[in-house]
Amino acid sequence: MKRFRGQQLFELIRTFWLETIREPETLFWGIVFPVLISIGLGLAFTQKSEEKFQVLVISERPTELDSVLAIYGRAGEYKGRPAQVWRVTDKVLGNAEFNFVRSDLRSAIVSLKRGEADVMIGDTLGALRYHFDPHNSQAQLVYMKLSAMLKSPSVRTEDSSPVEPITLKGVRYIDFLIPGLIAFGLMGSMMWGVSYTIIERRSQKLLRRMVATPMRKSNYLISLMAVRTFMNIIEALILIAFAALIFGITVQGNIAALITLYMAGNLAFAGIAILISSRTHKTEVGTGLINLVQMPMMILSGIFFSYHNFPDWSIGFIRLLPLTAMADGIRSIFNEGAGWMEILSPTLALSVLGVSCFIIGMKRFKWY
Amino acid sequence: MLQIEVSKVVKSFKDVQAVKGISLAIARGEFVALLGPNGAGKTTLVEMMEGLQKPDSGEILIEGKRWKQHERELRRSIGISLQETRFAEKLTVHETLKLFASFFAIDDEERIGEVIALTGLEAKSKSRVGTLSGGQKQRLALAVALLNRPRTLFLDEPTTGLDPHSRLDLWNILHELKTKGETTLILTTHYMEEAETLCDRIIIIDEGQILKEGRLADLLDERSRNLDELFINLTGKKLSDDPSLISQQ
Repeated sequence: MKRFRGQQLFELIRTFWLETIREPETLFWGIVFPVLISIGLGLAFTQKSEEKFQVLVISERPTELDSVLAIYGRAGEYKGRPAQVWRVTDKVLGNAEFNFVRSDLRSAIVSLKRGEADVMIGDTLGALRYHFDPHNSQAQLVYMKLSAMLKSPSVRTEDSSPVEPITLKGVRYIDFLIPGLIAFGLMGSMMWGVSYTIIERRSQKLLRRMVATPMRKSNYLISLMAVRTFMNIIEALILIAFAALIFGITVQGNIAALITLYMAGNLAFAGIAILISSRTHKTEVGTGLINLVQMPMMILSGIFFSYHNFPDWSIGFIRLLPLTAMADGIRSIFNEGAGWMEILSPTLALSVLGVSCFIIGMKRFKWY
Repeated sequence: MLQIEVSKVVKSFKDVQAVKGISLAIARGEFVALLGPNGAGKTTLVEMMEGLQKPDSGEILIEGKRWKQHERELRRSIGISLQETRFAEKLTVHETLKLFASFFAIDDEERIGEVIALTGLEAKSKSRVGTLSGGQKQRLALAVALLNRPRTLFLDEPTTGLDPHSRLDLWNILHELKTKGETTLILTTHYMEEAETLCDRIIIIDEGQILKEGRLADLLDERSRNLDELFINLTGKKLSDDPSLISQQ
């Protein structure tokens, strides 16, 4: 270490590192925030012992539902409102609790709009009528379960259905989420940590002061990227350790391949960050540019939900996005046991993208 | 021996001609003030001499060398304090100087200590830049500019915005530098006192042109008893309206 002291690259890396760790916000957004997201989403989607559904009953006359509830339901409360509660125990599919709340049509529609309930039940001449958005998969599920149960309330899947529960690692939502969060965290960190820092320093005329010395311009950018990459590695390790500890997530594939892909992702997003910050000196413009790059990928690249929900014609394009390549690659190593062969092409593509963007960014770069 | 030669330099920004064919020569060890009001073209001229802007036409030689061919070499031999210089606020004074020292390949704690002492920042050595006052930040900018023992020192309005006490502190540091006689100083200012106190020669600039130049005694006469009067006689306008300056006069 002593050998490098006083050398400009070493000193640049050292000072960028000091600046980073002296910024409490950086530590919060980089380390604490992704862990909080994974706790929130992980608990919300993984640790459910019982599904709870609210069903709004808008019928004023007694229906077949009332006769079933008279046998299987009990009086209770749901979110502060009187409700008829029907608990269905099912060892295979999991327990479910249906909360039937009586309501007038107007209030029921408001509740649907707010997402408080998924299905309304009314009647036509005593026959039940279900009202729900057919594009809402949760509402579909409630309808299917409820209509089946009303037909034969005492039948349970453990008695008759040939369902074999999948207990393999890697199929839970948290298994899908954590690799996505690692990729997403890397992108955000590079975009804000490199792009925004450069634009802010250009606007403060600090870059101008630096290049009025014999400093090697490439050293400045390389050191900024190096410190950010190091921070990203720490952030990812904390997230992985946390996910392993709380949710029992393991890396099923090749760890060396994972590291290589991760470094290629750092290179790609560092290059993109340099390119988009290469000219502007206005932080407002910079914020817009960063969001322009980040937002579409955040939505499309399958971080929080699968991109297969998008129309088929768009999937090919979505797969070309660097965040998609990164998230898919990490996911395949974590959950599918992928190795070198599977990540070869995304790693190469990300590296080529990063180097190309870096070279173009350097050529366009305005130091003042 | 000439340290700086500027000949027929022109620089325009869109449709505004900031520097209109200026020529000047500065000898080694000379302290020269470029005096003029805001917008006179001083900063543009000095930034071309510093190699931070390229002239549209004309030629600039520093120690007989052109920027295009000898940028790296020239960067090592000059010291610069830019107008409105800002440094990373989370670093301490010492860390900032160590970083800039590394750009000049100075791995010498002694030199960092010397510039800290010269600029009177000993007590602030471990303070973060963000906690320094305006005067202390200017002294840090000067310390950075002096790190490499520059043969040519460019100071662009180093005392603008400072209170009279901080300004006097900075003048004392520059006086000390002048007595050593190893440095050529080019100072831009719109404070006539600064030019009078520190410099051997004063070049009066307005609207991108040199109006008059010479030693203070040669510039003044019965009609122009001080630089402010001289400037009014030359241009019909006042040099500076800074109230802190008036309080010192």
